[in-house]
Amino acid sequence: MVPVCWRSRCASGRRSRMQKISVLLFLAWVCFLFYAGIALFTSGFLLTRLELTNHSSCQEPPGPGSLPWGSQGKPGACWMASRFSRLVLVLIDALRFDFAQPQPSHSPGEPPVSLPFLGKLNCLQRILEIQPHHARLYQSKADPPTTTMQRLKALTTGSLPTFIDAGSNFASHAIVEDNLIKQLASAGRRVVFMGDDTWKDLFPGAFSQAFFFPSFNVRDLHTVDNGILEHLYPTMDSGEWDMLIAHFLGVDHCGHKYGPHHPEMAKKLSQMDQVIQGLVERLENDTLLVVIGDHGMTMTGDHGGDSELEISAALFLYSPKALFPGAPPEEPEIVPQISLVPTLALLLGLPIPFGNIGEVMAELFSEVEDSQSHSSALAQASALHLNAQQVSRFLHTYSAAAQDLQVKELHRLQTLFNKASADYQRLLQRPQGPEAALQTVITELQQFLRGVRAMCIQSWARFSLGRMAGGAALMAAACFLCLLVSQWATSPGFCFRPLLTLMACGLAGTIVCAGLLTTTGLKLDPVVLGAMAAAGSLLPFLWKAWAGWGSRRPLVALLPIPGPVLLFLLIRFAAFFSDSFVVAEARATPFLLGSLILLLIAQLHWEGKLLPPKLLTIPRLCFSASTGPPRHNGTHALGLGVGLLLCIRLAGLFHRCPEETPACHSSPWLSPLASMVGGRAKNLWYGACVGALVALLAAVRLWLRRYSNLKSPEPSVLFVRWGLPLMALGTAAYWALASGADEAPPRLRALVAGASVVLPRAVAGLAASGLMLLLWRPVTVLVKATTGAPRTRTVLTPFSGPPTSRADLDYVVPQIYRHMQEEFRGRLERTKSQGPLTVAACHLGSVYSAAMVTALTLLAFPLLLLHAERISLVFLLLFLQSFLLLHLLAAGIPITTPGPFTVPWQAVSAWALMATQTFYSMGHQPVFPAIHWHAAFVGFPEGHGSSTWLPALLVGANTFASHLLFAVGCPLLLLWPFLCENQGPRKRWQPLGRNEAEARVRPEEEEEPLMEMRLRDAPHHFNAALLQLSLKYLFVLGIQILACALAASILRRHLMVWKVFAPKFIFEAMGFIVSSVGLFLGIALVMRVDGAVSSWFRQLVLAQQR
Amino acid sequence: MPLSASPAAHTRPGIFIPSFFLENFSILETHLTWLCICSVFVTAVNLLLYLVVKPNASSKRSSLSYKVTRFLKCCIYFLMSCFFFHVIFVLYGAPLIELVLETFLFAVILSTFTTVPCLCLLGPNIKAWLRVFSRNGVTSIWENSLQITTISSFIGTWLGAFPIPLDWERPWQMAIERKYKMCTSLYVCTRHGASHCPQVWPISCTLGATFGYVAGLVISPLWIYWNRKQLTYKNH
Repeated sequence: MVPVCWRSRCASGRRSRMQKISVLLFLAWVCFLFYAGIALFTSGFLLTRLELTNHSSCQEPPGPGSLPWGSQGKPGACWMASRFSRLVLVLIDALRFDFAQPQPSHSPGEPPVSLPFLGKLNCLQRILEIQPHHARLYQSKADPPTTTMQRLKALTTGSLPTFIDAGSNFASHAIVEDNLIKQLASAGRRVVFMGDDTWKDLFPGAFSQAFFFPSFNVRDLHTVDNGILEHLYPTMDSGEWDMLIAHFLGVDHCGHKYGPHHPEMAKKLSQMDQVIQGLVERLENDTLLVVIGDHGMTMTGDHGGDSELEISAALFLYSPKALFPGAPPEEPEIVPQISLVPTLALLLGLPIPFGNIGEVMAELFSEVEDSQSHSSALAQASALHLNAQQVSRFLHTYSAAAQDLQVKELHRLQTLFNKASADYQRLLQRPQGPEAALQTVITELQQFLRGVRAMCIQSWARFSLGRMAGGAALMAAACFLCLLVSQWATSPGFCFRPLLTLMACGLAGTIVCAGLLTTTGLKLDPVVLGAMAAAGSLLPFLWKAWAGWGSRRPLVALLPIPGPVLLFLLIRFAAFFSDSFVVAEARATPFLLGSLILLLIAQLHWEGKLLPPKLLTIPRLCFSASTGPPRHNGTHALGLGVGLLLCIRLAGLFHRCPEETPACHSSPWLSPLASMVGGRAKNLWYGACVGALVALLAAVRLWLRRYSNLKSPEPSVLFVRWGLPLMALGTAAYWALASGADEAPPRLRALVAGASVVLPRAVAGLAASGLMLLLWRPVTVLVKATTGAPRTRTVLTPFSGPPTSRADLDYVVPQIYRHMQEEFRGRLERTKSQGPLTVAACHLGSVYSAAMVTALTLLAFPLLLLHAERISLVFLLLFLQSFLLLHLLAAGIPITTPGPFTVPWQAVSAWALMATQTFYSMGHQPVFPAIHWHAAFVGFPEGHGSSTWLPALLVGANTFASHLLFAVGCPLLLLWPFLCENQGPRKRWQPLGRNEAEARVRPEEEEEPLMEMRLRDAPHHFNAALLQLSLKYLFVLGIQILACALAASILRRHLMVWKVFAPKFIFEAMGFIVSSVGLFLGIALVMRVDGAVSSWFRQLVLAQQR
Repeated sequence: MPLSASPAAHTRPGIFIPSFFLENFSILETHLTWLCICSVFVTAVNLLLYLVVKPNASSKRSSLSYKVTRFLKCCIYFLMSCFFFHVIFVLYGAPLIELVLETFLFAVILSTFTTVPCLCLLGPNIKAWLRVFSRNGVTSIWENSLQITTISSFIGTWLGAFPIPLDWERPWQMAIERKYKMCTSLYVCTRHGASHCPQVWPISCTLGATFGYVAGLVISPLWIYWNRKQLTYKNH
């Protein structure tokens, strides 16, 4: 018998606590390594453009040479005489080009095309037909990213906001670069603004009068527009303005809420039509009207990317006096969007903003009254020349401040400009020169401007290769470390102390170095500093690995991953390098997951664990090949596998198509119920969603009841019994309100609005309080303390000699446990002679996983609320398939009872794959337009005011819900095989006859299986296993992020880098961070439960002794 | 006589099988026909081999009725395996409603490569099948080669799915949704005629299965030859 001493186990409690702390510290440090690598890589990969703060001014012409009209000394003339003294800029958010495109009057034979967004802006068409010299429609091409703030920056500064700005859509900052609004204000013009409050952040204090309306609430179609309309005409009639900006948001919000194909869009566009009509009637002769869309929208009404529909926007110019020499072309001209900036600046008699790289629309500078084409062309040339001078000055300043422009190209452009400029000066001296020379100059200037724009677009995606390589190397080293330490942790002689000392050595050395560096006055980027700290603390480990390598470990031990799983991981790694596979990941991941599952089943069968031995005809099979007894029969495992495949396939129905596959149709089930039209179908779907909710709840409760963790009077158990249904009820009620909010009678509006604020917050609050309760009292065990008749001591059968087989082990271990219990009881009886007390702790065996499952359910409910209603079915599938997977994996994991516990690689890989698969089936795609912005309004229908972290948190929680849930649930991989243990041995081994006599002696009520208490009995191995599990999971996630980083850096000149690889890297990096935090929390929760169980035992002992 | 009809009329002649008998035949464009031919051919060869070699001739009863029931049982097993594979493909992500015929023929050809040899060699006996496909379960070189060809057919099929998402715009690997797009575009429709669009879904997978099967046929004798020292079969 193994001597087990209660006291020694108590004393080992402190050591166990130290081990836990060191596990958590080590995990935090590994996460830090990865974060440092990611940060270093990101800082090299996603460069921002340098923002110059120089300003153009009237007194300072952009280049040498006389200004065209400067000598005439007109009032209001700056670089050029102003042609309009006032401007009305109507910005209709997301006005796609085809919304404004004139519709050909269809012949009576053909059926009219009746799309809701076509041909609704009738007044544009009418004006274009009646006054062809006064108005013009253009198709303007926006530069990606097509988010509103980036477009506003571009539309006022004339430059190209870079990719990294896309992330700061909610945190708009004031524009520091020179811009049109600033120029107007410094020229003393009055700028009146009304509409989207994004402008308030971009141009603080620049407006003489402003009416801001909240822009963030994309569900609100009318507040902004009606607010503008209330002020627009009175302001216009008052005449106290020089520039009037009206930024309408209704069309964009209608796109976000309903999509362009909804009747609501027709209403909205008709309203805009009336607005334009009203403005045109009020315009005076000195005023220019500009109607512009800042970007387009996709078929589903989203924007942000660079697809054709997103970047094509409408641009309409109108002036009461004739502006254009010719009639409009048949097909509207295509102009870059930023061309508007220099054009408007020169038309209004302002200097062109310093950083502008747009090209003036030369057509607007022709002389209409003067029919001579020569002077028209000269006017155009002079405008273009001014523009070119300004761009050349900008290039000069920029290339002096930053080195990211290509020198060769810069040189070529400079010579082009010099030539064009010289030609232009020559022309000015001979005013009546030949027509052809003038055209040549115009062409040359345009070539120069276009060349600059192309160069800037290319160069502002330059990379810092050193940082990228360093970041990737750091991530690779961290992956290697995970592999190494997870391997160490499985070895029997593993101890925690060297890990900590090595880590501490490295960190201390680095801190000393950093301190020295800072004292010497060397300024360092925090990113670089972090990376240096990480690399420095890694060195001792690598050195130790290097030293220990040659002597003890063979090379094979370096790759402990079994062959097939290694193949899967390699395929997954390689798939990140192909844009097709990244785009098709939503379909490739279920494929891989299904293959892994089938492989698991095939492997089980191959090893002979699936079938009872008598089915196999060769007798030697069952003893030599099978390492353990078959704990599940074949049909059981096959059923699990098929069920899993079915779940995966069903979850695949909720897919969202990437925009690269235009013929693919996104699942209609991803949209919220509110966007459904049919009432009956809506009700049915609502019923299904509530059904899913109830099923989820029932399943969790059923599971808890099965393992009988539902009987104890602990507060957390009470919460599971009463709080969870309450949360489900709240969710269902919120859905009902959200899906039918527009149909509510007016009297109840306020009530509905109030409820839709309160309900989600209440559910989130309930979940948070439930988690708190769980952390406070995590032991969900029913304690029966009964004084009863003294029982006879259990007959313990002696067992001598080392256990030879599995059967012996299965027999011996409960015996040890029972012996321990007896001894414990005996001591109690000794200390307390009167009335023997029996303590029965029911179902201590599932105490860890019960806490995990409860925590996961509590987490799932608020996350569920952030998604569209029908995603609740996916959540149900998520729980179901992870349950099935855990069962399947448990069938293949042998329990090595006293020794080191391991979680096999295939389990960890399958878990990580399932997290990715669920990410896709929740309707996400790793691209920015696919982010579910709606999530930010759950519980905050009025928007968030100025706070940015809360909406970011909500949207992030929505996007990475599956990463979070699977990471928190990761310890279940370790716990589940122990949980499944009680089904096997008892049923199978008692009738086998080997220990028949003993089996009869065992008292029935003592048949409490050990289950997870086996883990508790070996705290050292338990902690090592937790460390090993989390390192393996981090490794699998780490090679994904490493692959993304490598793909993005190797393919950085690939056509798809900004469309596919860069967003994929960002999403994967965010997912990694969320997963690692979730993993840390999950491990910490298990440790908390372990600590609570220990103290519970201790209290029990104390209570008994008193 | 049949030869004269073929080459000039084809847009793209078959790669492996010259179209002796069929007008306008090519593996890629009339893939379903090819699948049927291949399936029938492989089944016939298997049956022929079975009748000639008789690998398990130790049948005690050999009455006609027994043979007939055995044959019928084999047919049912074959059909069952076709349906089973079909279900597996659908679970793997094949379309449920569209292209049912394609998916089913794919299941048929995979069954031909895997189930038919099993039926020939082991008979309609699931237990024997399960035994062969487990560690140390083979009892003869025939079973050994059966194991290798079957597993390599599966692996070939699995690998055949990998080119599907690639966008090389080859006719054999276009995704299902892209096919519809291509068909509506003028280019393909003028090339193949408006009514005829290439059915591309199972092509890469069936080709993979075929290559896997062929590879298995090549590998298994070599493997047996190389490992002949280790192979000691125990008769039951």
